[in-house]
Amino acid sequence: MTTSNYATERETTEGRVFTVTGGDWDTVVSSTDPINDERIVVNMGPQHPSTHGVLRLILELEGETVREARSVVGYLHTGIEKNLEYRNWVQGSTFVTRMDYLAPIFNETAYALAVEKLLGITDDITERATTIRVLMMELNRISSHLVWLATTGMELGAISIMLYGFREREYILDIFETITGLRMNHAYVRPGGVAQDVPDEAIVKIREFLKMMPKKLKEYEDLLSGQPIWTERTKNVAVLDVTGCVALGITGPVLRSAGLAWDLRKTMPYCGYETYEFDVPTHPDGDVWGRYQVRLAEIRESMKLVEQALDRLRPGPVMVADRKIAWPAQLAIGVDGMGNSLEHVAKIMGQSMESLIHHFKLVTEGFRVPPGQVYVGIESPRGELGVHAVSDGGTRPYRVHYREPSFVNLQALPAMAEGGLIADVIAGGASLDPVMGGCDR
Amino acid sequence: MTSPTDKPNDGGVPVPVTPAGASSTAPAEYPPASPAGRGMFGNHGTGDVSGYGGLVRQRQPIEEAARPYGGYFDEVRDALEEAYPAFGDAIEKVVVDRGELTLHVRPERIAEVCQVMRDDLALRFELCSSVSGVDYLGADERRLHVVYLLTSMTYRRRVRLEAAVSAESPHLPSVTAVYPTADWQEREAYDMFGIVFDGHPNLTRILMPDDWEGHPQRKDYPLGGVAVEYKGAEIPPPDRRRSYQ
Repeated sequence: MTTSNYATERETTEGRVFTVTGGDWDTVVSSTDPINDERIVVNMGPQHPSTHGVLRLILELEGETVREARSVVGYLHTGIEKNLEYRNWVQGSTFVTRMDYLAPIFNETAYALAVEKLLGITDDITERATTIRVLMMELNRISSHLVWLATTGMELGAISIMLYGFREREYILDIFETITGLRMNHAYVRPGGVAQDVPDEAIVKIREFLKMMPKKLKEYEDLLSGQPIWTERTKNVAVLDVTGCVALGITGPVLRSAGLAWDLRKTMPYCGYETYEFDVPTHPDGDVWGRYQVRLAEIRESMKLVEQALDRLRPGPVMVADRKIAWPAQLAIGVDGMGNSLEHVAKIMGQSMESLIHHFKLVTEGFRVPPGQVYVGIESPRGELGVHAVSDGGTRPYRVHYREPSFVNLQALPAMAEGGLIADVIAGGASLDPVMGGCDR
Repeated sequence: MTSPTDKPNDGGVPVPVTPAGASSTAPAEYPPASPAGRGMFGNHGTGDVSGYGGLVRQRQPIEEAARPYGGYFDEVRDALEEAYPAFGDAIEKVVVDRGELTLHVRPERIAEVCQVMRDDLALRFELCSSVSGVDYLGADERRLHVVYLLTSMTYRRRVRLEAAVSAESPHLPSVTAVYPTADWQEREAYDMFGIVFDGHPNLTRILMPDDWEGHPQRKDYPLGGVAVEYKGAEIPPPDRRRSYQ
């Protein structure tokens, strides 16, 4: 039963009776507090420039304070995992690359590592292919962190850093285009190795990039680190400590910004990361500022890794020798991306019937993968990217599940936002670096 | 294993007449053999006189792992056995395959096992990396498997827990009280497979729209799609295309 300030009420045999009396205006007004009592529910997104993609936030506000925050995802669900079950294992790499579109090389590598583990050929992957994978992954990490810097800057009102971040990322996309034929959605890392070798001009470009990048990083720091608005918007904002991170499953730069040096490249190495020299940057504060510092430091560490990988590149094959797995194709970059080289097509069509049959069977039907299940986790720019792959012994995946760091990390948003100001929801959400293509798959 | 019929339904998915394979006490470790496992060119019932159509590919059965498992697996098992008195009842099977340890857990025990796995000082699996579903339609009466991947950050170990439930009664306890990170991942498994996690604070769909019917990643749910016309030819949807298998 609600009590009314305007009329007293009592229960009688004929029902409830209200007695309307006059009252002092001040008592009427003071019984409600329009500033503190008024909770409004604000729907933010899914189309909103500051929510980092098609993320929808439902915020319950009291004034400018967020009392409750809930995130709604699924607007970019494309059923990639289901679709994989209707394609062969090699075709899978063209699908998974589209999940987290800012880190396609990581999606492909995790998938390739999982398929290789199912096939039992992990040790047969050539050294050059592994080195190229490391090289590409670290370049990709830099480009992903640059986009994070650019979009977060923009969301907090720094437009220049947005332009600069995308400008330098463009350079990396150029390198990717030289190597894979495409700027994004490469399908370059395939089960068994990589699709084709790195051309010499790409090496030159990467060296140029490594020479140019330290100056740019200095520029970003000059622009942001000492700037009062940036520090005000990031320091002590959206704090999450190690306990909170581990409970919520948060990995990657967000966990490291809380002080725990958990990086799968160091703790559970893959692709030979244990033989490279690099540090795992951490920060004690666990706030947005810490995540900014960690990501900038990770760009520097990735540059070290790229340099080491370049020095290690020795000539050699980039695909496993097993002709039952490696595509017989000889790919070349054509006008529309990548395809078979004309000489190869001429050879198999004109000279070797067996090559043609083998090529046809392997491309249309694919190779068989022994039954069983595996899990492979790698360190993507956003945290642990895991692939759980199940094979039934056939030529198509029975089930592939991606443990997407964007999806898992977004669960931390209420913990970061509730009790803070609405403006800090933007800073906190951006600092998680969710990519909705990966989150929703 | 009794033979499932290979007759594909509309979705191109082979559906057995009766659930074949393992009994309810032993969870299946393999999905049913795909049509690719039989024959060579996928021409069932046609005039293949080469004899290749009769080839059947044998799959090595995965046997229950024998001690010692190797690596840290023995330590994990011993520690769990010591810390968890109901071990014998809860663990249905231990499988070691491709360097990974899988404990098949009775579904009603999963939350308890997770609690011990997280809290025991010799186990310390602090992080639940991944929760996903797999539908073993045709291989297992309890066809819906929930697969948990636990990571110990202290010891740098990984263990997989697997719990199987039937589609008729797809219930098992939620592990969100132990691992809050499982919240969205269990919602995804519910959304995609219809697995109901009892005790979950808010078990609603997460990726599909709220009013969606069915659970898309079950094996008897067709992929769907429409035919597309390209340069005069009609390209059928992916699950109706010729499979070359």
